[in-house]
Amino acid sequence: MHVLSIDRSIIDAIVAHARRDHPDEACGVVAGPVGSDTPTRHIPMDNAARSMTFYEFDSMEHLRVWREMDDRDEEPVVIYHSHTATEAYPSRTDVAFAGEPGAHYLLVSTREPDSEEIRSFRIVDGVVTEEPVRVVEAGVDPHAVQSYMFGQSPATVDYECSGR
Amino acid sequence: MAIEVRIPTILRSYTGGAKVVDGTGDTLADLLTDLDSRHGGLRGRLITDAGTLHRFVNVYVNDEDVRFLGALDAKLSDGDSVTILPAVAGGAFGFAAAAAISSHGAAVAAR
Repeated sequence: MHVLSIDRSIIDAIVAHARRDHPDEACGVVAGPVGSDTPTRHIPMDNAARSMTFYEFDSMEHLRVWREMDDRDEEPVVIYHSHTATEAYPSRTDVAFAGEPGAHYLLVSTREPDSEEIRSFRIVDGVVTEEPVRVVEAGVDPHAVQSYMFGQSPATVDYECSGR
Repeated sequence: MAIEVRIPTILRSYTGGAKVVDGTGDTLADLLTDLDSRHGGLRGRLITDAGTLHRFVNVYVNDEDVRFLGALDAKLSDGDSVTILPAVAGGAFGFAAAAAISSHGAAVAAR
């Protein structure tokens, strides 16, 4: 089973981006070394659609960022966007457009003002598979890992998604 | 001399896994026809039933988006580099264009 392991600092930066652009959808990438499955470099992207219900990378920024990843032997480990009025689950539109079969599709819902729902999915050939998100806390024991569903109380541990 | 074409991950099943392939052609349309002769099916993932470049596939000649170079009529020269990237797009609600491309099955992203 796939798991998305991601640093707390990157999750925080993604949430801040989503909050900043709310009520428009925010989108971006977290790059990581090819084959590592480890997201290390957060790249917030412009939403060229500037819409509350749609996002699209700007085509020139897309080319620049993808070239830069190529030059650095990186790949898009995470592709994220926000839903600003609905749950963090891929819409039919998201599934139709999902063009990076190797990526973790991370969705953030900002519909609640005080809490975020963050969920991750694989989308391959139109099939959506949810996977747990494992947030790695930096600055403490690097092996100390907490898995949980965002938007729930911290007492909730070991969030495991259904549909494996 | 030839034109270098960079193939995105999702289309490498048509190129035997190759990330970069070579092709020839005076225009983008000619190049895609040439590529399709060796990588059958590739062209059909980029062009709609109506014969136009798919809205949600980005194609670049060197550093330019071909939408600003005449799309399929974009002129090519030996030594040019063509990059294909499926648009990264989506969103919360059913979107007419997404539904349309899904039903046609023509989009790179829809497969």
